[in-house]
Amino acid sequence: MTNNINSRLRKEKIAKVIMQIAGFCIIGSLFLIVGIILYKGVPYLSWDMITETPKGGFYIGKSGGILNAILGSLYLASAATLLAIIIGIPISIYLNLYIKSDSIISRSAKLMFDVLYGIPSIVYGAIAFSIMIWLGIRASLLGGILTITLLTIPIVVRTVDELIKTIPEDLKNVTKSLGATRWESSLILLKYIKTGLFTAMLLAFGRAIGDVAGVLLTTGFSDNIPKYLDEPAATLPLAIFFQLSSPIPEVQGRAYASALILTCIILIIVICTHILTSKNNKQKI
Amino acid sequence: MYSYPNIEKQQTENITSPLSTPHLQIKNLNVYIDEKHILKNINLEIPNNSITSIIGPSGCGKTTLLKTLNRLLDDSKNIQITGSVLVNGEDIYAKNAEVTHIRKKMGLLSQRPFPLPMSIFDNIAYGPRIHGEHNKKILNQIVENQLKNVGLWEEVKDRLHHYASQLSIGQQQRLCLARGLAVNPEIILGDESTSALDPISTQTIENLLVDLKKDYTIILVTHILRQARRVSDYIAFIYNGEILEFGKTEEVLLHPRNEITQQYVKGFIS
Amino acid sequence: MKLRLLKDFLFNKISSLLLLCSFLAISLIFIILIYKSIPLLEYQNIGSILSQSVWSPLKGNFGFLPFIMGTAWVTIISLCFAVPLCLLTSIYLVEYAPDKLRKIVLPLINTLAALPSVLYGVWGVLFIVPLMGEYIAPLFGIVSSGYSVLSGGIVLAVMIFPIMISIIVEVLHTIPKELKSASLSLGATKWETIVKVNIKKAKPGIIAAIVLAISRALGETIAVLMVCGNIPKVPQSIFDAGYPIPALIANNFGEMMSIPLYDSALMFAALLLLIIILAFNLIARVVLNKLEKNHND
Repeated sequence: MTNNINSRLRKEKIAKVIMQIAGFCIIGSLFLIVGIILYKGVPYLSWDMITETPKGGFYIGKSGGILNAILGSLYLASAATLLAIIIGIPISIYLNLYIKSDSIISRSAKLMFDVLYGIPSIVYGAIAFSIMIWLGIRASLLGGILTITLLTIPIVVRTVDELIKTIPEDLKNVTKSLGATRWESSLILLKYIKTGLFTAMLLAFGRAIGDVAGVLLTTGFSDNIPKYLDEPAATLPLAIFFQLSSPIPEVQGRAYASALILTCIILIIVICTHILTSKNNKQKI
Repeated sequence: MYSYPNIEKQQTENITSPLSTPHLQIKNLNVYIDEKHILKNINLEIPNNSITSIIGPSGCGKTTLLKTLNRLLDDSKNIQITGSVLVNGEDIYAKNAEVTHIRKKMGLLSQRPFPLPMSIFDNIAYGPRIHGEHNKKILNQIVENQLKNVGLWEEVKDRLHHYASQLSIGQQQRLCLARGLAVNPEIILGDESTSALDPISTQTIENLLVDLKKDYTIILVTHILRQARRVSDYIAFIYNGEILEFGKTEEVLLHPRNEITQQYVKGFIS
Repeated sequence: MKLRLLKDFLFNKISSLLLLCSFLAISLIFIILIYKSIPLLEYQNIGSILSQSVWSPLKGNFGFLPFIMGTAWVTIISLCFAVPLCLLTSIYLVEYAPDKLRKIVLPLINTLAALPSVLYGVWGVLFIVPLMGEYIAPLFGIVSSGYSVLSGGIVLAVMIFPIMISIIVEVLHTIPKELKSASLSLGATKWETIVKVNIKKAKPGIIAAIVLAISRALGETIAVLMVCGNIPKVPQSIFDAGYPIPALIANNFGEMMSIPLYDSALMFAALLLLIIILAFNLIARVVLNKLEKNHND
């Protein structure tokens, strides 16, 4: 019996070690990704990179920067996030507070958004592109914004849905029992989850700024900073993708530096969301 | 790897003088959860081969006490336990104590029945198998005996390989009891074990427990005074994490010494 | 008073309209894809489209097998890496890890989820591809550029770690504590309890997590495109280049206009992808919603 227990405990110990190794691999891959981008990108990073647009001969290694892509991405992601929030939050409120959250409409709508969330961005991109050709619109900032908006709405709807679930049932009933209309009570409840909403916004922004497949066909690429919605615009992920496929080492180096810039933007977003959520959790306890 | 106290020897001693040294002794037990003092300096000796009920208002620490007895609180967060729980003279909170073999000595019957996600047969064979019993004949025998022990054999003998979750909730609870008995525990811990059951199933379980006390030491947590009165030989009354009264059932219920116990027994505090 | 009710009314109408638009959008997606795919389906029957391996649009050969196999190889390889690692990590995080560690690890995994796919692609090109081409392939005596389905699979595996872990962790949390207590109090070790009770109970949820991860993997475009080599041939070994469906669409969509049926073929590729992903997604979501509901009851 004692032997039996010893071998069983040994098994547990071995399992634990294997699990720790697995966890280490997963966390390690994160550090490996960020580390390699840092290691390769830092030597090529310069002030010009983020303050100048591409000059003549930029793509054969001459001077210039990727300000066009940085701004293009920021415009695109901000506009798309804003639109997605304007559309997504009302839908979410409607599904949870206006109609019963366990009604057939609400349940199937939520399932639909879950499914929409799973549609790869290349499919969105391909369809948007076909519609644009059909309507005779060329690749432009507007096309990109609309495509990315479609992509981010499901994210907003789903995160806000999760947030509304965390509102205590009592609070919902209190507002109702005071004679507030559904609209008024929604406003109060939105206030209750406002940090969460901000987190949802950041999440959507992160997804919007990082997407390539959606903008590849719809937004085009341009060396100028976009001034109008109907102009094609450069985006950061695409700039990385194009520069990386160049055979010239100097241009490839810029791709690493661009990747580093994108990584920094994403890390800033991640850190902000983390601070917000942990602050929020503390408040609630 | 671990040093084991010689259990077998102590067992035989216990059998020769069952009443002199209790299986289960709790000494200066303190439990803090999230810095809150949940159990305050508990000292208790549970008499062997009898049923001891732990009663008290909800939130007083009954269930916590029961869980500390077989170290099920180990995984909880922010918990601090001081003092000792002696099982056959061995401190289960000692540094080198080995948890699994302590738990094996104590069967647990929880509030609601939780059959493991497997067949009726496998539910009962689960424990013996884990402890190294793979002989089919012996396993069959164990399953049959334990099912008979809890009066379930006749009801389920034709569908031993059906999923356990298909049984009625009362049957499930008896199955859980049989599952616990299959690893030959010395002590049975019941955590409001009948609170999810209908009156008839409750009665069945109560009768079973009374039958079983000749072989086991039984500790029940309950908030139903009448149940404590029906089944138990001893009662411990807990209030705000302290044991205010411990004694024979009639004494505690009819002549409580402590004022709060008097009020509780009369039904003022519930 | 009237204004309040009017606001309520307006919001009701506007948001239900928005919802309706979303329903319309998804139907529109399907209608366009199906409408555009029809010319190809009229030209060739669906069985031969899916089973032929010759892809030369100029000559009018549209065999999808290389792309289907490319997608399948990459996805299966990624699962081989991701499933064991994620399962073990999730179990460790839920059952063993001290609170402090969990508080550090979970945000890191969220960070992994937030990284854009192009960065995974850059990492793949800079690290995985040379690693495969210069070190791993020679170990097996194979000459490979490193741009291969294996590289794609590894990059994809890292990309689906977060979604898999977060869902498996959630599923493991739904297992009632009492069930574990029941097994533990019979003297089972924690590990035995996990293997024989927790995982068994969590099986539908774990499978749903895997299915959801697969659907994510199937649609992933840019990172895979960057490391897979993109040769329209059925891969014969893990060191061969492959050409997954999303990469096909992304690489050729801009220039397809001049060749007859090419447009239709790519739309058919998108439709194929969409149907597979939708089916996987739907199954996984229905299972997960059911689990969550049972847990809350």
